[in-house]
Amino acid sequence: MMRRLMSNRLAVPAILSLLVVGLFFVMPSSFYLRVAALVWISALAVIGLNLLMGYAGQVSLGHAGFFGVGAYSVAILPAQFGLHPLVSLIVGALAAALLAFLVGRPILKLKGHYLAVATLGFGILVFMVIGNEAWLTGGPDGMPVPRLVLGDWRVRGGEAWYWITGALMVVGSWIAVNLVASPTGRALRALHDSEVAARVVGVDVARYKLIVFVISAVYASVAGSTLALVNGFITPDAAGFLHSIQLVTMVVLGGMGSVLGSVVGAAVLIVLPQVLTAFHDYEHLLLGFLMMAFMILLRAGIVPSLSAAFAGRRA
Amino acid sequence: MQKSRKWIGGVAAATLALGAFAGGAGAADTIKIGASLSVTGPAAFLGDPEARTLKMYVDDINAAGGVNGKQLELVVYDDAGDANNARTFATRLVEDDGVIAVVGGSTTGTTMAMVPVYEEAGIPFISLAGAVVIIDPVKEFVFKTPHTDKMACEKIFEDMKGRGISKIGMISGSGGFDKSMREQCLGVAGNYGIEVVADETYGPKDADMTPQLTKIKGTDGVQAVVNPGFGQGPAIVTRNYRQLGIDVPLYQSHGVASKSFIDLAGEAAEGVRLPAAALLVGDKLPNSDPQKAVVTGYKSKYEETTGQPVSTFGGHAYDGLMILVEAMKRAGSEDPAAIRDEIEKTTGFIGTGGEVNMSATDHLGLDLSAFKMLEIKDGDWTIVQ
Repeated sequence: MMRRLMSNRLAVPAILSLLVVGLFFVMPSSFYLRVAALVWISALAVIGLNLLMGYAGQVSLGHAGFFGVGAYSVAILPAQFGLHPLVSLIVGALAAALLAFLVGRPILKLKGHYLAVATLGFGILVFMVIGNEAWLTGGPDGMPVPRLVLGDWRVRGGEAWYWITGALMVVGSWIAVNLVASPTGRALRALHDSEVAARVVGVDVARYKLIVFVISAVYASVAGSTLALVNGFITPDAAGFLHSIQLVTMVVLGGMGSVLGSVVGAAVLIVLPQVLTAFHDYEHLLLGFLMMAFMILLRAGIVPSLSAAFAGRRA
Repeated sequence: MQKSRKWIGGVAAATLALGAFAGGAGAADTIKIGASLSVTGPAAFLGDPEARTLKMYVDDINAAGGVNGKQLELVVYDDAGDANNARTFATRLVEDDGVIAVVGGSTTGTTMAMVPVYEEAGIPFISLAGAVVIIDPVKEFVFKTPHTDKMACEKIFEDMKGRGISKIGMISGSGGFDKSMREQCLGVAGNYGIEVVADETYGPKDADMTPQLTKIKGTDGVQAVVNPGFGQGPAIVTRNYRQLGIDVPLYQSHGVASKSFIDLAGEAAEGVRLPAAALLVGDKLPNSDPQKAVVTGYKSKYEETTGQPVSTFGGHAYDGLMILVEAMKRAGSEDPAAIRDEIEKTTGFIGTGGEVNMSATDHLGLDLSAFKMLEIKDGDWTIVQ
């Protein structure tokens, strides 16, 4: 029953919509709304990265670079060229897609984990450009991002952003689920199970890997743009290596190849540090300990492990 | 039995976590003040002494009876130098903890990310970060305690002017501090009739600056060299400078105002001048200096309590907290707007950074007297009169 529910294309977006709507009514203050909005934004980037890691079997260690491209697009383009933030967001996404294409095309023809190394370099490159071109990006001190204005509505406040980020995340999950169920997704799953077998039955392995990589870059870029608009200020650490690692950790923690897992992984890594501040000096120790515990006890990631355990008990 | 005990443990843990998340609904007889500092991460050298200082002095104030008859409650979060984290903690301090004022924001990035939150909520915010953008243009609820890069440049140029220097060379790194200060120096040089005739840069990991310095040496008419820099770069510049036998005066910035610079540069540091806060030379100040009591008091207390050498960054936190506490006493209430007004009226406050005189157009309140011009002699600081 669980399995049938999960295989329905609308199930995951429906669950997430219910979650977004339901949570809103139990949020005591706009601080909680902000934390939730941060979860939705990270989840969006993680859903994209999870397509790459969970289906194409490739790791990107520079995804924060694409995140940064999106974030700085909505900061720089309106300031320098007077573009509307939404147009800037789209331009940023296109730029991220183009960059991913240029990085991925030669690399993904090779077998093995070369993409991890290439993206590692790419991420550091983006970070360095942002940090050094102070005239354009404000350098290490960051730069302000103009407020999003839609018609007469100046978007601000925890509530508005909660709904916008929540909706974006649901749409992102819906696209991801459909992608996985499409012929492209079938090819990807075949590729993940056995690259040789996929090639034998005529799947253009390199092409499909490239497609997912570009899509995942667009997810990260849109998430980055959204974060910049929510905060109204952006610093280079959004594009930093640590952030890339954080995104990868969210994928692994939540469960590779699971859209729902992406959201859970993002939620755990964003909410836990807020909860753990109560432990003061032991905060980081506990965070590390909990993550180890998750990985040892729920080896396939939180969502896949739990749903497998659940299904097992039913049977 | 076994099972039920597990359950109880689980429920207890969950309750604990929930309780921690919800935050204590603070008792009404305490005054809550907040801080989001970069206690860990790349800016820990700023946030760590700041956090220690705040805790130390809040305990002190409470032991002495608190403020306006109420105890202070300090809420400190560690943003690890990440602007996005800082923004979240700022929201948490305002929405969830219900603080009435905030000290801190260790870096310019974290500070600027938090500014909109406090401005919107109308909570006074005293930043501990360096850049001028924090208070220029003036923001209603935002103040800061550390001197700016611009002031360091002005102090250096003032000293040069006194020595009759008008043409200088500049060499700076490509880090955030270096770049910001280089720009500020270029901006104000003209005001002192100083012309920058050579402007060289080096990378953060360069181990040899001889080529850049040779170029400066070969430039006609260079009467002095300034090195706005931070970290190891300035020590290497100083060594290379002596090796090349350049004999015009060398000025370093307040960014290297610590004993470790003298250790790294060794004998080459002799004769180097730099602007620095009084905290560094507290015991060398004349007894007539009003800052002497404050800086020696803070230094000995910090070093006794923490067992670590004092840093100017902790001093900024001391200044911020004391300015806030004085303002709270004058306001006699816990109304954030009233406290803001009183902070703005701060005059004649003697802190570790200098004498603070704020106004509606100046939310920093320090002038050039906040910096002492130091010269390194026999491996130690001396104050240039």
